[in-house]
Amino acid sequence: MSGIPHDHYEPKSSGEKWLHSRLPIAGLIYDTLMLPTPKNLNWMWIWGIVLTFCLGMQIITGIVLVMHYTPHVDMAFASIEHIMRNVNGGHMIRYLHMNGASLFFIAVYAHIFRGLYYGSYKAPREITWIIGMLIYLAMMGTAFMGYVLPWGQMSFWGATVITGLFGAIPFIGESIQTWLLGGPAVDNATLNRFFSLHYLLPFVIAGLVIVHIWAFHTTGNNNPTGVEVRRGSKTEAEKDTVPFWPYFVIKDLFALVLILAVFFAVVGFMPNYLGHPDNYIEANPLVTPAHIVPEWYFLPFYAILRAFTSEVWVVQIASFVTGGIIDAKFFGVLAMFGAIAVMALAPWLDTSSVRSGRYRPMLKWWFAFLVIDFFALMWLGAMPAEEPYATLSLIASAYWFGYFLVILPLLGVIEKPLEQPKTIEDDFNAHYGSPADSVKSGAAHSATPAE
Amino acid sequence: MIKSVLLSAVTALALSTSGAVAAGGGDQHIVDFDFSFEGPFGKFDQMQLQRGLQVYTEVCSACHGLRYIPIRTLHDAGGPSLPEDQVRAYAAQNFEIFDADLDDYRPATPVDHFPVNDGAGAPDLSLMAKARAGFHGPYGSGINQFFKGMGGPEYIASLLTGYTGNEKEEAGVTLYENTAFPGGWISMAPPLMGEDVDYADGHSNDLHNVSKDVSAFLMWTAEPKMMDRQHSGLVGVLFLSLLCFLLYLTNKRIWAPIKNRDAT
Repeated sequence: MSGIPHDHYEPKSSGEKWLHSRLPIAGLIYDTLMLPTPKNLNWMWIWGIVLTFCLGMQIITGIVLVMHYTPHVDMAFASIEHIMRNVNGGHMIRYLHMNGASLFFIAVYAHIFRGLYYGSYKAPREITWIIGMLIYLAMMGTAFMGYVLPWGQMSFWGATVITGLFGAIPFIGESIQTWLLGGPAVDNATLNRFFSLHYLLPFVIAGLVIVHIWAFHTTGNNNPTGVEVRRGSKTEAEKDTVPFWPYFVIKDLFALVLILAVFFAVVGFMPNYLGHPDNYIEANPLVTPAHIVPEWYFLPFYAILRAFTSEVWVVQIASFVTGGIIDAKFFGVLAMFGAIAVMALAPWLDTSSVRSGRYRPMLKWWFAFLVIDFFALMWLGAMPAEEPYATLSLIASAYWFGYFLVILPLLGVIEKPLEQPKTIEDDFNAHYGSPADSVKSGAAHSATPAE
Repeated sequence: MIKSVLLSAVTALALSTSGAVAAGGGDQHIVDFDFSFEGPFGKFDQMQLQRGLQVYTEVCSACHGLRYIPIRTLHDAGGPSLPEDQVRAYAAQNFEIFDADLDDYRPATPVDHFPVNDGAGAPDLSLMAKARAGFHGPYGSGINQFFKGMGGPEYIASLLTGYTGNEKEEAGVTLYENTAFPGGWISMAPPLMGEDVDYADGHSNDLHNVSKDVSAFLMWTAEPKMMDRQHSGLVGVLFLSLLCFLLYLTNKRIWAPIKNRDAT
């Protein structure tokens, strides 16, 4: 599958040959597991496994929860309490699922920022990046609809606010909103379709994950240096890579289990820390909560949505030019989706010929600000819509767009990159010492266990 | 390694912002009561839960329901753990349930839930201890909630002890000044005065203790499986830590030849 030369599966026994000529599944598994992987991958390359695990965990716990949940406005809230009180182990399954969503998003943000820093989105990995962005969008949709299912106050009002965004689209917005909700307001029809889609989308994500993996197995992994694996011959490639099994499987499992230990502590000791108390109040269309706050993983984009009020001059110009078609609300919606769109367009906005941020002295700083900006937006998204938070949100939103639309294209022109290592092997040896130093015999890359 | 751990820590800290800016106004005064069930190894105090049940039954239940709580769970381990015959007697003596089959009221049995009671417009208390946050911030950071907990039971106890004695009338409704209630004025008349109930175990029944007992009881109604959950969490953390250690050693060993290190 990979463009990197390596050994392929050869059926040996007659049984293997019989199967291989009919369904080459063993070969597929072998080639997937034995993928030559750059041996200098650092600890930021573990999030893919964490994400895959999260998807599996959410699907399994979710399927069990569905067995006991009732998607009806009169019974949904009570059925959650039934799960928490009467179902064997139900409280753990539900808390795992609830906090699993948070772990999923921590991992996806780490994964995305890893890609942004090391230039994983650049040619030839644009498709991997775009598929990844689609997965991220599907995750947000799934998480949003899942949050509606317990039918608490935040479920209801969150659904009202977010579906209201579609109502901001000029001319057709109201019809779209009604179509999404299945009626004029969030009600039983909304709950039912959200439940149905919340069950469907994870399997769409699973399909996209397979394509995501297929894509980067074709191009090979990026790595911290951004230097490509040498592909001239198998021997050459083997100097830059090790097979995924067992080296990275064990490394990733170690990282995953470490993260899961922390995750279990959160689930066991403070499962509601990341939630909102209002969601333990049953949904009531007649009572609006004091502050409607989305889940933490939506906050950065929620802050961008709210930043563009009618007092901002950009919004006023847009409104004037379009004759009022783009009002502040619609502008905010465009900005929110635009914030993700510019990220998806990074492969074409970044003009630098150097892939990894490690060798880009200026990008390092701008990228660090982007990370700070992301957390600042997250904090601002949870703050009430008043000064000074409104102005700060505007500044932070402007930087987000500025990074992708101005800084990335400009840096490629003005930045003087540092020297990159010639090969991955050089980088690895610079870290761990070259084989010639430690294996005095001279049989350099035979990798003799030093027993 | 350190980088990713740091990153996770920073993320965890930053994402706590969501819950932090919850329903509360900034003017609430929440007392940090000391409950036995706080922290990762906290336990419900069985006697306190029984006293709290008594306060609920004799005072709160006049206006507030506990619609999600099956009466039989009073017998469950980790809760008030009343003996079965006492649960039966408690249900029959205290509550009447409308039975659709009989088309009439009958005494409650352990399989019934506590009755719904929304006649006076009072909120149901089943989940109250999880539906309120006593602690916030600072600055939306969630640090207080990380160290002190969400503060639901503290909020309830502070509310019950937070009446100043001032009253005012607005649109025909009497409001009572309360230092814990968001906005400062609550429509619930002071429910407890101290010495409202007589405890069989001789525990002090002043306002502070009665409020604390009923708050602990409401924490149990909101999270009856808390002790089970903490146990699962502890077992999970221990076993995962062990597995993590073994995987660390495995990882170190298989990479040693690649990294030109001594495998031992």
